[in-house]
Amino acid sequence: MSFPVIKGAAYALIQASNMLLHQGTTQTSERRKNPTSEHLEKLSQHLRSFQEAVSYPPNQVYIGNMTPDDLKDIPRPWYQAPVSGASRVGKHGEIMPEDEFLGLMKIVDAFDLVVLEEEFQTGVKGKISAHPVLKNIKDLDKLSQNPGRLEEISRLVEERLAQPIYFNGKLVGCVKKAHEFDEALSDHVMFENLVGKASAVFALMLLFSRTELQPHEVEYIIECSEEACGDMNQRGGGNFAKAVGEICGCVNATGSDTRSFCAGPAHALVEAAALAQTGIYKNVVVLAGGASAKLGMNSKDHVKKGMPVLEDMLGAFAIHIGENDGISPVIRTDGIGRHKIGSGASPQAVMTAIVAEPLDKMGYKITDVDRYSPEMQNPEITVPAGAGDVPLANYKMIGALAVKRGELDKSDLMKAVAGFGMPGFAPTQGHIPSGVPFIGHACDMIREGKITRAMIVGKGSLFLGRLTNLFDGVSFIMEKNGGKEETSDFSKEEIRAMIAQAMKDFAKTLISNE
Amino acid sequence: MDLENQARIKELAEKYGKEDLVVVLGGAEAEASGLAAETVSTGDPTFAGPLSGVSLGLKAYHIFELKEEIDPEIYDEQISMMEMVLEVDEIINEVKTYRG
Repeated sequence: MSFPVIKGAAYALIQASNMLLHQGTTQTSERRKNPTSEHLEKLSQHLRSFQEAVSYPPNQVYIGNMTPDDLKDIPRPWYQAPVSGASRVGKHGEIMPEDEFLGLMKIVDAFDLVVLEEEFQTGVKGKISAHPVLKNIKDLDKLSQNPGRLEEISRLVEERLAQPIYFNGKLVGCVKKAHEFDEALSDHVMFENLVGKASAVFALMLLFSRTELQPHEVEYIIECSEEACGDMNQRGGGNFAKAVGEICGCVNATGSDTRSFCAGPAHALVEAAALAQTGIYKNVVVLAGGASAKLGMNSKDHVKKGMPVLEDMLGAFAIHIGENDGISPVIRTDGIGRHKIGSGASPQAVMTAIVAEPLDKMGYKITDVDRYSPEMQNPEITVPAGAGDVPLANYKMIGALAVKRGELDKSDLMKAVAGFGMPGFAPTQGHIPSGVPFIGHACDMIREGKITRAMIVGKGSLFLGRLTNLFDGVSFIMEKNGGKEETSDFSKEEIRAMIAQAMKDFAKTLISNE
Repeated sequence: MDLENQARIKELAEKYGKEDLVVVLGGAEAEASGLAAETVSTGDPTFAGPLSGVSLGLKAYHIFELKEEIDPEIYDEQISMMEMVLEVDEIINEVKTYRG
């Protein structure tokens, strides 16, 4: 069997402090309940500068300038350990400031919903025109068209016809509602969807800039964020994937959206693997943008504990899955892990279904996997909020499962955890931390011979949608490529010909002996 | 504690009375488990949910405290792995403090 491969991965972060204040749901809920709340007053004093976000060690890991292992050597708090000389440009991606991103939101807006104030628009146009990855983006000229006047923008926001766009605390634009009364097209929903679209576009453009993949070579795009796009008659109809591909010049691609809360990316990657392995589509891109709603989700705890509000980053990624090239790490499609409807909801049942069962299928033990990448949330964000160190908890569960299965001695549990585990480094953007942030690093480590295989684990909390209490989880193994396998038909033909030739030669010797 | 769960517990206490009702927690961490125990006992300390300022006086137990009450086979199947992973004593001590 010729497995599909992971040919490349790109990662984007966007610092969005103003969105955190005005569109993060923790803040919007607080503002609705108590507009003069102490939290809202204190919050702005806890925001970071762009340079602080760039030099924050976990962000440098996310864009590939540092490895997850490098984080092990940096004592926490990481926000007090800035990386000296840190760059916004990374091996696997880039960190973008908010003003450039607002310009990108207007570029990707197909329905003239984003209005930017004239001076601001001119400023960001200059920056995007000079951006190495975005300077040739389709529809860049939108930043030369239809600038807004501040009075008009203020009126739209005050009359609740638009979501405000702020930069450096100043109103610089808005996103208008797309329908008079359709809630699925409200200014709030359109804002979130345009944030998702624009950040996914950035990740895909980064993928094209960091790998050999050309836009016209992409045949299928799977978008796997947690947003819903549609109108009141089909609120989730889609299709983010094609909307993103259109801006990025993927003229030969079609696509669709896959959803399963935080497990979405893992599902999407398995689907992409199947499409590439069967040859239905040669080049498939799995991508997702970020979620403005989740900005500052735990900000109350961060403010209370005197920390900077670290959830000021939108995350995005794009991953290229293709046919086996004999070089890139393969996805072992013969051992996909899945949490079944009948698996049960206890952590033990979930881990058995996602981690142990697929390994059994492939004949591996838990300890045969060099690295596990479960939910890679940055612990510095989750621990102060009482949610614990999520990756560490997962690693301990995987280790404990190995003990229960007799594959590991209980006294070696923490040693095993240190071996196959890594510190979390991804922003708490739901689907973003779930397994995928390590894929770029894993590709590097496998190519460099540092590891042989890694397991990517996606988990999702389906109860949040109030339709089921079921849990969800999907996993797959990525592994060193053993070299391209010949197709079986070709080998058989060749063997037949060789046997025929040998028999002929043998017959000749018999004749000559007579 | 989750606002939905607060509402559910409040409703159950009103329906069945507080005397014969205990709350069983499954929290993975001491602080969060303690917060849940406090919420159902003296009220929601974060003043965010339906139990803000409502002192139900319910006793909360973590599932680790009830090991003896559970069929060993089921406990092994459902909980033993987490027992290996979590700070059991720390969680139990924190939850206990809210039972008066």
